[in-house]
This record gives sequence, structure tokens and C-alpha cells, in this order.
Amino acid sequence: MACIQLPFDLLLKCPDAVVPITTATPDYRIMPSGTTVQSEELNLHQPASTSPAQRTVRDPISRFVRSETGKGWLTISPPLLYAMLLLIGPIIVIVANSFWSQDYLTIDRTFTLENYKAALTEPIYRDLLMRSLFISVTVAFVTVVLAYPIAWFVSFYGGRYKGLWLFIITVPFWSGYLLRILSWKVILGYKGVLNTGLMHLGVITEPLSSLIYNVNAVIITLAHSWAAFAILPLFVSLEKLDRSLLEVAADLGDGPVRRFLRITLPLTMPGIIAALMIVMIPTVGDYVTPKLVGGKDGVMIANAIQVQFGRASNWPLGAALAVSTMIIVSLVAGTIVLALTGLKRLLK
Amino acid sequence: MRLLPTPRRLLAVYVILYVVILYFPVLLLPVFSFNDSATPKLPLVGFTFRWYESLAGNAAMQGAAWNSLIVGISAAFLSTVLGICAARAITRHRFRGKSPASALIMAPLILPEIIIAISLLVVLLGLGLQLSLVTVILGHLLICLPYSVTVLVSGFEGFDPSMEEASRDLGETSFGTLRRVTLPMLTPSIVSSLLVTFTISLDEFILAFFLSGTEPTLPVYIWGQLRFAAKLPNVLALGSILIAASLVLLTVAEIFRRRAERKMELRP
Repeated sequence: MACIQLPFDLLLKCPDAVVPITTATPDYRIMPSGTTVQSEELNLHQPASTSPAQRTVRDPISRFVRSETGKGWLTISPPLLYAMLLLIGPIIVIVANSFWSQDYLTIDRTFTLENYKAALTEPIYRDLLMRSLFISVTVAFVTVVLAYPIAWFVSFYGGRYKGLWLFIITVPFWSGYLLRILSWKVILGYKGVLNTGLMHLGVITEPLSSLIYNVNAVIITLAHSWAAFAILPLFVSLEKLDRSLLEVAADLGDGPVRRFLRITLPLTMPGIIAALMIVMIPTVGDYVTPKLVGGKDGVMIANAIQVQFGRASNWPLGAALAVSTMIIVSLVAGTIVLALTGLKRLLK
Repeated sequence: MRLLPTPRRLLAVYVILYVVILYFPVLLLPVFSFNDSATPKLPLVGFTFRWYESLAGNAAMQGAAWNSLIVGISAAFLSTVLGICAARAITRHRFRGKSPASALIMAPLILPEIIIAISLLVVLLGLGLQLSLVTVILGHLLICLPYSVTVLVSGFEGFDPSMEEASRDLGETSFGTLRRVTLPMLTPSIVSSLLVTFTISLDEFILAFFLSGTEPTLPVYIWGQLRFAAKLPNVLALGSILIAASLVLLTVAEIFRRRAERKMELRP
């Protein structure tokens, strides 16, 4: 199995959560009989003074440290503390900021909802939010629809080369985020590759101005950027699909369309949902794509957030915009998950 | 040669088309970086090395490259160390609260980067820290960690825990077991994790853009150059070098990961 598949494998185990990240205990593993082995071993090496009787009355802290739970927590604590301090902590601070207000350079820490009022009612922010949502949902669906046949191909016909296929398909995703977007600017630009190429071939006589600096350019660029990421969860769910079900359905007279709608689609729904989420949630906050190929009509919410933390320097408003975006995208994600889960039941 | 049935042939054509479109923008930059024209347009006019040659004497670019190297190596090393802890806990221990704990560590994988960037910015400035390469490293560590954990979890799953038990039973200390059994068994995954996270850090833009202050990394430097239309060919040359470096690093990482997988197949 390719390494990059695993997070999706983890994602798939909890398809109903809004942010569906979870890890399940690998139940196939026979847990090492660590506790007993280790205490015996300790017994051998410890000085005679620590008798078993003394060990049992040890204080609760060291008993916790010796227990399986304690050892687990202790082992995971360095990365966990890091994530607490640099992810959860800062997010709490941002949420707090969003309820404050700023007067020139001083932050006033009295509770206010003014920032949310501005974020949700001022036409400019409302439009940017709606546009960002529209773009991210469209990109997610386009990406998943286009990626599904690829995942299907790799899973069903990849044979020995499944790993190699996945590597080939995911490599562009791992390299040069900024450069890929720049490349689309070079392709779609007014004097770009597509326009000059078509003119050279005589298809058009003057450059098309509709290629770049609009919402479509943003959608094309983002769908290309995230294509590979959608394939992985789809592939994982197709790999789990029991092929004999398809054979049985075929033997009982179901055609390919019916087989797909009644077996493959419902059973790979967790993968579809995971793929949609993993594209939709990060793209809603994309900053570079609208900046490079979006132009005036393709500005997204992240650009407005950046302005508040940069030039405009109104942190509380920027924080409220960021928090609103996250809440709204989570609600939309939840709705999509519920709708697709409902669809799955209908199909079955 | 027997022709494939039509639907499957269509699928094959689609796959080829998809891969071509996937790689087209990635390979376009190198093509135009050798084109002897100040703007990237068709038809190609002639072959030149001059955009690459002008990079050689560019001190600002070399400074940015050095910064990227420092950030990448630090982030890769720290993320792999923390990743070993997380992957070990996930694969070798069974405890309450494991799912939420690992979900939290994996969360940066799915969060919009701008959210991570602004919240880190506010907190780091609030703590009175100056923006520097250190703040970029702190940010990159956060987004590299999920990838390290992923690679290393499959590394840990790849060897039998009874080897560690045997080592302990034979009288080796915990540290000795780690040094003489666990780490050697994990080496391919560790190398793979280092290379993958280095590549991610090398390419990362948003966090570096917000957190780098006056010391740009390569993507931030490129971003600054995009304001000058005349610099575009140089940016294309630099970008091509970056893409080539990423491809080489990822390929080597994949080779190491496969080696780790083969070890798994040798499991009794």
C-alpha cells in the first residue's frame, strides 16, 4: 500500500463526521504483552530492595505511567503537545480575537459581535464568502467526477503497478504549488501560451480575453491542483469493494449501469465523501490561485482575510472572516455528507 | 494484438489524457525556461541557457535558497522525530483517547492553510517573537507532521513488535532496543519521511509568506519577483530547478518507502 493512502484510510473509517479524521485501533494486531514482560524484566534488573510488594503501593502517577494507557499517552505527548500549542492554542486566540475590536493599533478586549455583523452582512464580504463556497464546492465535485474513473482504472486494471500508478498521479500534487498556479497563468494569460498558440495556428485572430481573470480560471486551476488528492481516498474505497458482489450481480443479469449504481456507487460513497471534503475544505481558503489567475472577478475570502492581517490591519475583522468561513464551510460540508449518505441509502 | 473491449479502451484513452493534462502545466515551465524570449508565448523561438546563467550571480536568490535549505532540513528533522513518537503510539499502544489525539495531529492536512497561517501569526506576534526562519520552521513542522506520521505508521506496521519484545527479553534496555532494533528497522521509513517533508517545506508558500518576515524562502522570493514582468523568464528557470529537485526527492523517497514495504513482505 502506498504511504500516502493511509490518512485516507483513516478518514474513511468515520465518513459521517464533518471533518472526518479518525484513527482506529488496528484490531488485527495482537498487542505486545508489554506490561507483564516488562515488569518481569524490571524485576530481574532492579536492585533487590524494590520488592513486588513495594511496587504495588507505588503512587498513582507512576502506576499511570506503567499502564498501557499511560505509555500510549506518554509516547504520543510530544507531537500532541505541539499540535495543542501551535494549532489549537492559536485557533482559540483567533476565535477570541474575532469578538474583540481594534482601534488603530490597540486591541479593545470588550466582547462585541460587530466583526461578525460586518463579515456576514457587508455585501463585499458576503459576496466573497458565497463565491469562495461556490468555487470550492464546484472544484470538489469536478475533481471527484474526473478522478473517479482514474481511481477505478488503477484499482481494477492497475495489477502489479498500482503503487507506481498512484505515484505517477500524485507526484504533481506534491511538487510546486505556487509554480503550478503560475504555470496556469502562463497558459491562460492574454498573451499566454493558449492564446498565442491558437493565433499561431490561425484558429483565432486576436487573443481571447475570457480565459483568465475570472471565476472559471480559478476553478480550472484549483481542479487541476487538487486532482491527485481526490484520487487517493477514491482508490482506497474501490480497493475495499468486494469484487465478487459485482460478479454475482452480473450473473443475476444486472447490466453495467445498474451494477455501478446499486453496488459500486453506494459502497464507495465513504471514499467519495472523503474526497469531496479533502478538496473542498482546503480550497475554500485558497489565497494564491485567486491572486494569480482570479483577477478582479475571482477574488476569494482568503484575499480579504490577508488584507485584514496585512495592509488594512484589522485583526479582529480578519479573525471574524476566518472563523465565519470555517463555520460556514463546515455546515456546507455537513449538508453534503448528509445528502450523500441519504443518496446511498436510496440507491441500496 | 487483440483489441480491448470498447469501454475499457475509452477508459484507457481517458487515463492517458488525464495524466497528460496533469503533467502539462508542470512540464510547461521547464520548456519556456529554455525559450529565448522575454515572454512565454508560442511559437518557441530558440534555445538558451541565459535565464539560468543570470540566476548564478543573483545573491538575493541564493540567500532565499539558503533559507529554504535551513527551514527544510530543520522542519524535516523535527517532524520526523515527532512523527516517530506519534506513529509509535498509534501502532504499538492501545489507549483511550487515541482517535481524537491522532485526529488532532493529522488535522493540518485538511485545514485551509490560511487559517493556520493567520492564527500562528497572531499568536507568535502576540508572544513578542520576531518573524524569522524559526517561525517559518514552527509553521512548517505543523503541516509536515501528518505526512511524517503517515509514512512512519506504515513503517511501524512493517515490522513485527515481537522483535522489540525479544530484544527486551534478552536484557536490552528500552533505549538500547530503540537504537539497535527499532530505528534500524525503521530506517527506510525515516529516510522517506525526511525526504517527503523536506519537499513539502521546500514548496510551501502560504505559511512562509505570512511567517517569514524579512528572510524569504524560495517560494516567497519567487512571489516577490512575479511583480516584475521582466523577471518572469528567470522565475521560470528557478521554478524549473525547484520542480526538478522536488521530483528527484520524491522519487528517492518512494524508492525508500518501497524498500520498507518489501521488509513488510518478509514478515514471518
